[in-house]
Amino acid sequence: MAEAATTQAIEPEVAAPAPVEPSVRPAKVEEGILVSFVRRHGPSIGTAALSLLTGLVLWHIATEINLKLYVDFQNVPSPARVLTAFWGHIQTEIFWTHIGVSMRRILISYSIATALGITLGLIMGRSKFARAFIMPYIEVIRPIPAVAWIPLAILMWPTEESSIIYITFLGALFPIVLNTLHGVEQTPEVLVRAVQSLGASRWDVFRHVVIPAAMPSIAAGLAIGMGVSWFSLLAGEIISGQYGIGYFTWDAYSLINYQDIVVGMLVIGFLGTGSTAAIKAITRPMLAWQKRTR
Amino acid sequence: MLDVLKFKKPETTEKGKGQIDVEGVSITFGKGPDAHRAVDTTDLTIKAGEFVCILGPSGCGKSTLLNAIAGYVNPTEGAVIVDGTEVTKPGPDRGMVFQQYSLLPWKTVYENVAFGPKMARQTRIESGSVANTFLELVGLKKFGNRYPAELSGGMQQRVGIARALANYPSVLLMDEPFGALDAQTRLMMQESLLDIWRKFETTVVFVTHDVDEAVFLADRVLIMSAAPGKIIEDVTINLPRPRSTDMASTDEYVKSRQFCLDIIKAESRKAFESQNT
Repeated sequence: MAEAATTQAIEPEVAAPAPVEPSVRPAKVEEGILVSFVRRHGPSIGTAALSLLTGLVLWHIATEINLKLYVDFQNVPSPARVLTAFWGHIQTEIFWTHIGVSMRRILISYSIATALGITLGLIMGRSKFARAFIMPYIEVIRPIPAVAWIPLAILMWPTEESSIIYITFLGALFPIVLNTLHGVEQTPEVLVRAVQSLGASRWDVFRHVVIPAAMPSIAAGLAIGMGVSWFSLLAGEIISGQYGIGYFTWDAYSLINYQDIVVGMLVIGFLGTGSTAAIKAITRPMLAWQKRTR
Repeated sequence: MLDVLKFKKPETTEKGKGQIDVEGVSITFGKGPDAHRAVDTTDLTIKAGEFVCILGPSGCGKSTLLNAIAGYVNPTEGAVIVDGTEVTKPGPDRGMVFQQYSLLPWKTVYENVAFGPKMARQTRIESGSVANTFLELVGLKKFGNRYPAELSGGMQQRVGIARALANYPSVLLMDEPFGALDAQTRLMMQESLLDIWRKFETTVVFVTHDVDEAVFLADRVLIMSAAPGKIIEDVTINLPRPRSTDMASTDEYVKSRQFCLDIIKAESRKAFESQNT
């Protein structure tokens, strides 16, 4: 911000953007959502598709020639076998149940983590005592991997479901708390003072300055948290004896069903990517001011 | 067309409001051996509607004194009294304009100006019409839908002034508001500030380290010395109003400017000598 301000400062008055008609934004030529989406994202989507295709081809070749170059591809299923397995699975109801159950768990865990994480982060950011009191827990618990929680989670929580949700929740919580805290700490003091002089109460300061100032950082934390929650979900679902895409993958491993392991892994990967993209899309409108700032 | 219908002429603030009494104020930061006395015991009266500049080198405590009037800093001793009420915290009766751009970057120019009226529980229509009035006043009505960062530095400061005025404050406090602007823009801003002040007749306390700026703007220039900050001279500027930049060559201007410079020079020589002994 400060940097932007100084560059602004040396700009002469005439460098200002051309006047716009009062009260209406320049009317853009209406174009379909799809058209504008492709226009904006087309090239990068093309590159991404090319990248994935290259990976697929390399994977195919590696399995085809049974590549053994320290890394051994001998028992790795080929893309075709994985695709066939996937095709078979999507026609079964149970596969969709696995996905549905996992998504439900993510939704619950992530919602709790979001609510609690943002609240804790905001409180810690504005109160030195709260920060000093809560921080030790975060520092100590954060490095503990999700898998390590499994035994204790089973002992602590009344149902299998609640222990899975707990483990998933924990994964998402820390990035959200820490990013929120970081964002709050970056609130420019001059903005707080400015709104106080405009008659803002403590709550107004929070609502109109602290939260928006922290928003870019919170949004980043939410996106990271979504990724980590999928990560933790897999660990949590090892407990599950029935459903979940993590369970599906783990079960395939127990049954030495190689292609299903890969199907499970890829499904988790794509669901994680999709939900992270969804979080970014949801938070984007709140950051619109930033885009026009640059 | 509709905008013309909505336009409401700015009401001037209540006559005779905006008297500032600084009574035995001293401000010390920290405690014990690390304590730093930013402002030494100061007594000062600023009459309602006066335009006062506090002039001094950087770090002399002039901003600290201003912050005490704004209510961001509480005096260690003494009290700041505005219109008979002791200042304990910031409030909308004392509008503030900062040196750094202090507009909320996530709100549009219009929303920034409408913020004060909104805090005062005005309806959306009321605060909107106030915002339009003041944006019009500073000549930026067309830019209402822009975000602050899309505006030049001078334009942002004009929005800052409009925002502070939208609460009809009895006192306008300005902390080197034009310090970051280029010379031409600064001159233009100084003239338009005087224009606005004439319409509003609020008390203005304007902090600067620029002698020309102080002499051009003020009824009174209070010269401060550093370590600890203290007002060493109270200079009355008798330039006629309305003022314009071409007054810079008049005798009165040159005399006042020279007088201020002499005091500052003598003071800095004293400070220099005391550092060397």
